[in-house]
Amino acid sequence: MIPHIWCEGCGNGIILNCFIKAVQESDLDTNKLVVVSGIGCIGRISGYINSDGFHTTHGRAIAFATGAKIANPSLDVVVISGDGDLFAIGGNHFIHAARRNLDIKVICSNNFNYGMTGGQSGPTTPLEAWTMTTPYGNIERPFNLVHLASASGAVYVARWTVMHVTRLINSIKRTLQKKGFTFIEVVSPCPELFGRYNRMGDASEMLRWLSESSEIHHGYDTSMADIGLRQKLILGEFVDIEKPEYSDLLNAANLRVRETLAKQERPTLVKLEG
Amino acid sequence: MSVLTGTYFSQGDIACAEGAIASGCRFFAGYPITPATEIAEHMARRLPEVGGAYIQMEDELASMAAIIGASYAGIKSMTATSGPGFSLMVENIGLAVMTEAPCVVVNVMRGGPSTGTPTSTGQQDVMQAKWGPHGDCEIIALAPASVQEMFDFTVEAFNLSETYRVPAIVLADETVGHLRERFIIPESSFLKIRERKKKQHDLSSDFQEPELVPPMACFGEGFKVFATGLTHDSQGRPDTRSDAHSVLVTRLCEKIRKNSDRIAHVKQIYMEDAKVAVVSYGSVSRSALEAVKMARKEGMKAGLLKLDVLWPFPERQVEDVASSVSRIVVPEMNCGQILREVQRVAGISKVVFLPKVGEHVHTPFEILDAVRS
Repeated sequence: MIPHIWCEGCGNGIILNCFIKAVQESDLDTNKLVVVSGIGCIGRISGYINSDGFHTTHGRAIAFATGAKIANPSLDVVVISGDGDLFAIGGNHFIHAARRNLDIKVICSNNFNYGMTGGQSGPTTPLEAWTMTTPYGNIERPFNLVHLASASGAVYVARWTVMHVTRLINSIKRTLQKKGFTFIEVVSPCPELFGRYNRMGDASEMLRWLSESSEIHHGYDTSMADIGLRQKLILGEFVDIEKPEYSDLLNAANLRVRETLAKQERPTLVKLEG
Repeated sequence: MSVLTGTYFSQGDIACAEGAIASGCRFFAGYPITPATEIAEHMARRLPEVGGAYIQMEDELASMAAIIGASYAGIKSMTATSGPGFSLMVENIGLAVMTEAPCVVVNVMRGGPSTGTPTSTGQQDVMQAKWGPHGDCEIIALAPASVQEMFDFTVEAFNLSETYRVPAIVLADETVGHLRERFIIPESSFLKIRERKKKQHDLSSDFQEPELVPPMACFGEGFKVFATGLTHDSQGRPDTRSDAHSVLVTRLCEKIRKNSDRIAHVKQIYMEDAKVAVVSYGSVSRSALEAVKMARKEGMKAGLLKLDVLWPFPERQVEDVASSVSRIVVPEMNCGQILREVQRVAGISKVVFLPKVGEHVHTPFEILDAVRS
């Protein structure tokens, strides 16, 4: 499936590279790795990785991943998708998976628009930005993804840009060995569409903007870490905590059920006499 | 533990859940909705007992996506809903068709459209089961008419979905879902349970044209399997050349159509010398049977063709019946759905329609009147 479909200067290629590097440098059995992606430019990524993969319908990557992970907990399930797929149409699935603390790793390529369909606005489009569906400037306040993830219950939350390659690889490695719902937001340039529409220069100028506007503050209060075109871009590892993970809880509960069943007199379904 | 052999007196919904467990279903993802909630509740009780997992998802969209995920992880999976939930699942049913994911979807139909009659019966989702998803999709749908059939047809739905790698829909109605009757769960040795054909590491199972159902590679088996909802070639790679789409969609349709004789079964009662046939399915066929018996007592040569399988539509059997009777009565709890299929096969002039959209099953007298006139 190579050559890929991404534009020159797209950040998705860097995300692909960082992910592969992180997997190679981790102790992962790639026979157990499943990459699930949704619809969008970044959604093509599962087809470019030599592992089990699934390309779902729009917004449903996390729901699909939930089924796969619970059915076979030995799988390492990673969801890589875009800002619209994960937080507009897929928003409900994101918050519930985080709430459950399911052991799936989510990586979001946030390029501030819907690239595949030509550059329309999305839930992370900054205020006043020009897109194909906000031709008079965006009036909607965008989501603060790291705050949303943290508030929903994710046990690891980080934000990097495609300029922060080493830190991104290390974050991905951290999530691959951590149990629970993890979230990494990767701020990524879309020079062909969002960048061009908002006169942000070519790919290298967009990358320079990412580099120069960002500041790393680990442990920063995520509620203050929202993104705007003319403000500092706060990066770092914001959340890294431990909480009981869903499959562990499920298995413990099921074990208790079977132990009780062995002792109980009344079966779940009562037979007819005679 | 998984096959609770014995005789029971319970609801159709419960029998359906037991049929799933007996088939080896170990994953259920669903959302509460009247009148299918009891299926979810019973699966929540039983799955932990047999080492399976129940998860209540945030909506029906997620439920359908999750059961496809579980299927690709190698586990038999199921969801259950009613009309409004089925409407939400329709897009991902298309995904299951496109990625050939075996799974079972139970729709305990109620009155629609929209919120409709949550606690009353209907048969208004029959066409949607087949035509709901966009694109050309062939699925399998069974219509149980008793609590026993809720058990039996759920087992059959799993077998068919595994054999043909297609979503199989149990199209029940609220009447049979909530009805309480005696039903029997047989010894496990009497149950014929089918598993999907799995891909092997040697080349022996490699898919060859003109076979129609590829062996399935699941996650974690070392095959690095990739599946997508995009149109794809025989390796599963997205392929926008026009002939790839044609080849794929043709095979997905033929997979079911060419096996229609094996899949679509019916029950023929008093049909040997019948001059008037009642073609019905689901709860209505119970009244239809009574009506046919009463008609016979009055000296009329009436018979019942009960459709066990609605999709693929039993064309051959209906065509045979049409050639030997002078009239076909189709009673349905909708404004005309299977009616259209019967008309298509038997001709419009031969078919009399008896709709009932209103909260109850046809009475035998209503059907008898239509048979008489």
